Amino acid sequence: MRVGVFICHCGSNIAGTIDVAQAAAELRKVPGVAFATNYMYTCSEPGQDEIKQAIQREKLDRIVVAACSPRMHELTFRRTIEKAGLNRYFLEMANIREHISWVGLDKEANTNKAIDAIKMAVAKVMQNKPLYSSSFKVNKRVLVIGGGVAGMQAALDCGDGGLEVVLVEKSPSVGGMMARLDKTFPTIDCSICILGPKMVDVAQHDKIKLYAYSEIEDIKGYVGNYQVRIRRKATYVDWTKCTGCGLCMEKCPSKNSYDYFNFGVAPTKAINIPFPQAIPKKAKIDPDFCRQFTKGKCGVCAKICPTGAINYEMQDEIVTEDVGAIVVASGYGLIDMDKFPEYGAGRYPDVISGIQYERLLNASGPTEGHIVRPSDHTEPKTIVFVSCAGSRDKSLGIPYCSNFCCMYIAKQAILTKDHIPDSQSYVFYMDIRSPGKGYDEFTRRAQEDYGAKYVRGRVSRIYPKGKKMVVVGADTLLGTQVEVEADLVVLATAVTAAPGAAQLAEKLHISYDTFGFYVESHPKLRPVETNTSGVYLAGAAQGPKDIPASVGQGSAAAAKVLALFSKDMLESDPAVAKVNENTCVGCLKCKLTCPFGAIQEKELRGGRVVANVIETVCAGCGVCTSTCPCGAIQLSHFTDNQLLAEVNAICQK
Amino acid sequence: MAEKEYAYYAGCSLEGTAVEYDMSMRQVFKALGVKIREPEDWSCCGSTPAHTVDHLFAAALAARNLTIIEKMGTDTVTVPCPSCLSAFKRAHLSMTADESFKNEVNELLDEPYGGGVIPKSTLQIMIEDVGLDAVASKVTHALPGLVVAPYYGCILTRPPEIAQFDDPENPMSMDKILQAVGVKVADYAFKMECCGAAFGVPKKDMVNRLTYRVLSMALDAGANCIAVACPLCQQNLDLRQSQVNSTMGASFNIPILYFSQIVGLTYGLSPKELGMDKLVVSADEVVRSRIAVEELEKKEAETRAEAVAKAAEKEKKAKAKEDNTKTEET
Amino acid sequence: MDTLNLTKSMDLNFIEQVSRESGQNPSLCYQCGNCTAGCPYTHYFDYPVSQIMRLLQAGQRNIILTSKAIWLCATCETCTTRCPCEIDVAMIMDTLRIIARRENKVSEKDIKLFYDSFLDSMKEHGRLFEMGTLLAYNLKSGHYFADADLGPKVLEKGKIHFFPKNIKGKDQVAKIFTRFQEKAKKHG
Repeated sequence: MRVGVFICHCGSNIAGTIDVAQAAAELRKVPGVAFATNYMYTCSEPGQDEIKQAIQREKLDRIVVAACSPRMHELTFRRTIEKAGLNRYFLEMANIREHISWVGLDKEANTNKAIDAIKMAVAKVMQNKPLYSSSFKVNKRVLVIGGGVAGMQAALDCGDGGLEVVLVEKSPSVGGMMARLDKTFPTIDCSICILGPKMVDVAQHDKIKLYAYSEIEDIKGYVGNYQVRIRRKATYVDWTKCTGCGLCMEKCPSKNSYDYFNFGVAPTKAINIPFPQAIPKKAKIDPDFCRQFTKGKCGVCAKICPTGAINYEMQDEIVTEDVGAIVVASGYGLIDMDKFPEYGAGRYPDVISGIQYERLLNASGPTEGHIVRPSDHTEPKTIVFVSCAGSRDKSLGIPYCSNFCCMYIAKQAILTKDHIPDSQSYVFYMDIRSPGKGYDEFTRRAQEDYGAKYVRGRVSRIYPKGKKMVVVGADTLLGTQVEVEADLVVLATAVTAAPGAAQLAEKLHISYDTFGFYVESHPKLRPVETNTSGVYLAGAAQGPKDIPASVGQGSAAAAKVLALFSKDMLESDPAVAKVNENTCVGCLKCKLTCPFGAIQEKELRGGRVVANVIETVCAGCGVCTSTCPCGAIQLSHFTDNQLLAEVNAICQK
Repeated sequence: MAEKEYAYYAGCSLEGTAVEYDMSMRQVFKALGVKIREPEDWSCCGSTPAHTVDHLFAAALAARNLTIIEKMGTDTVTVPCPSCLSAFKRAHLSMTADESFKNEVNELLDEPYGGGVIPKSTLQIMIEDVGLDAVASKVTHALPGLVVAPYYGCILTRPPEIAQFDDPENPMSMDKILQAVGVKVADYAFKMECCGAAFGVPKKDMVNRLTYRVLSMALDAGANCIAVACPLCQQNLDLRQSQVNSTMGASFNIPILYFSQIVGLTYGLSPKELGMDKLVVSADEVVRSRIAVEELEKKEAETRAEAVAKAAEKEKKAKAKEDNTKTEET
Repeated sequence: MDTLNLTKSMDLNFIEQVSRESGQNPSLCYQCGNCTAGCPYTHYFDYPVSQIMRLLQAGQRNIILTSKAIWLCATCETCTTRCPCEIDVAMIMDTLRIIARRENKVSEKDIKLFYDSFLDSMKEHGRLFEMGTLLAYNLKSGHYFADADLGPKVLEKGKIHFFPKNIKGKDQVAKIFTRFQEKAKKHG
């Protein structure tokens, strides 16, 4: 065995606090090490060439690179040695940067620790076995979860790219939050006018299969081969018969149903089509408010429906779809209004959220575009917008900025002036965040051309006085407390993770952060990938963002899927668990502990039951290895013997 | 619940300008069977002035009393005055959270405080330990026509980390207790706005301006009486109501009662024993309006019967008129 | 305000002292103004509370300690309850007041006098002798007739006593005062 050791300077990142030359000298003394050197930037092209040449010249058969974290360049160096003719698993990396040189400044201590770490890597690499990937077929169908603008974009791009797409949307219609908006910033484009065509395309695309009012039940499998069970929830209306005529909605006597589409700003009927441009344009019954369901007496819709589409006996249905990749575009939620007791939110009807105000502005909304106070339906003349209701607020557990509220408040202030020319809008803000193209000019327009009064300071309290709501805030630029007697108050409520986001993430085996937003592979360089192969992210599910960013991510995720599917076969990762059937006692504890469901029972000839690893599902986490009472299951590339060799190496003092 | 004995720390105000709070609170506790005992030889808690000198000093002044109470063998002290309560809670919480702070405080005392006494307001005891059902069960009288604005003042429930009671933005404990005894409670948005606190003596005009708003918002809410749970609030709103009128050019005449006085009235207790005559803005009308519950129900039944009879009479007359007109036409 | 030379006038030690004594970190404040917005006394402050916080961040020791605001704060806890950055603003105001008192910088003499009269009464009797405190305050402040209109009202209702009630342990209370003063002298 001839081990080659390459110690990287990484500029002064490593060499600044580690004496790399001394380390190389020490490593030359280790039995088995045929060659040790140090180099300025090992990952660079000349650096990699150094390694390749050394392999040929010194006849090296195992390589240790002491440098940065393997998460940075393990793949790079594996490819390097592969090009030089070695099996890529004969590479080990010692992390002497993140773990040593970036941690302390004591050069002597660091150098000693680095030498130990490299010796460990040498001991391990000498135990490494060559591993070989196997190939498996990939099912070139993609599942898109979420029919908002990001999900629809991803679906359309995949479909246009020739892939079959399954699009699953939780609510009765696609469109997401964007469908609820009246106009969009900074162009004041009508939202549904630009979104509608996309919605129709999705419904009519020959490659896209749309499941609306459906949710993901569970997902099994691995990249290239997922089996997805989808729950088609009961709408109590047969959508193959429903024509969307709306007669049922007209005649339904139950008028106080919670209107999910309008965020409760006005009630709706128990059977309803959510909005005029809904796709699919079909009716659905809400059993919580339907008299037939709650009281057992009604049946008006069934009598009136011209196609006999009503079916009170309908049950949920589970369907299965096989796909090769998944794009998660499940969107965002908004903080509950009852988190603002000092604003009287939830207690006083004239304190509403931004999205509720949006529905009042919208011509297809519950007030047909007339802005009215929810309390008495009169037209407000003084409207106060409160920014950062919940955002940037550590005390509510939301330290982040919600990204687009500054922009939509400016938009709503502009639209308010259009709707009610003699109105006066006030905006209480802490900062104005308007980084996009044309964004800052837009927020200035609200103040310069549309007369909105921007007051720099937060609002502490809102209380009723007669018919008005008194808003007590501060103008920190003037250095004073201010009061505004408002007719209507709009709170820009904070963006949160979508309801049920955590449960969906667990089904997909993807990570989510403290706030429930899904975690990308790398915050800068890989915003639409997750650490789970085959699952991609798009849109606000990954973090609050506006429409152009969501659309961009939708297309980016589609590009990743198309790249994944550009080959017919995918290579599996060979660093997976393997069962030694001779020593396995068949206790199957590993099967219980495997978080990925990658272990199954296998019956040998003679009836003995042992564990068996499904290689393509195994993620190489090693939980089974530590669970196994007799060491029968071992994680390739991290076997007990390999790890013990590392331990022995440090203990040799 | 009747078995537990609470230490009852009245505080300096309740011996003097807030004596009616002490009288009525004791009466109500007696009626509810809540056993209380005063700590022997208690001293002033330090209140606002002490914490402007030093936090260690303030904690020591409060802790002297906590030590006495600890020795009494009870683990809870109930405190009617929110300022005393705040002093006790701060002392107790900082001494139990920080060992070195506790030692420093105990160095100033003759006898050290161990950390075993939990301070709670009398309002908290009533709503949590006694419970609304028990509070409602002793009601024998009604106060019809009374509309109360419950005024909590600023520190009873704030800051939430210290007060550890009710809601810091929209507390409902007093509202619920008053509703439980059958009193009409107004939806009062100013229930927590500061009255001026300890600035009554050195900065009278400031206090008058603040209490003006508290009083006028109560009237706006439809109330004709304000219920309080703090001696300082009561003083600023009641004793100084004449000053508010002269400073702000108003003409308020709103009785300011301690919530315990209102509860006591509904229990049929003697107004004198509840200290009703100690109030500066007269509450005589409130006392006069008191009526036994059975009597009220009887009266209401009579009024209802009268109304039904009148309506029937009216209908009969109208029908008769119609018939006459018809006959006339024919 | 004159041009503020931050290099020269920013007292970092002061910021550190206030942080230490209050247990709060002033750099958490992003000057949103919520405290000022909720403060019932802002009308009377020379500097609204969010500006006191800003002056603290800018290390302006003298301006703060000679301000009226720190004495006019009633510790009503509205700012603390609503601060989105979870700063105990009332505690910082209290700490500033304590530091000002220590250095004898008192911009609101009457308020300090009231507190001192109260504390003197405590030290003397163990409990607050209301009548004595008010008389002492009126005499020392020169506001001889302050609240004279209220006197008859409280007297006729028997709500105020002519004579103090000394508790048995009043010496214990007085000892707390003296021990504290000794300790304060020792630590400077």
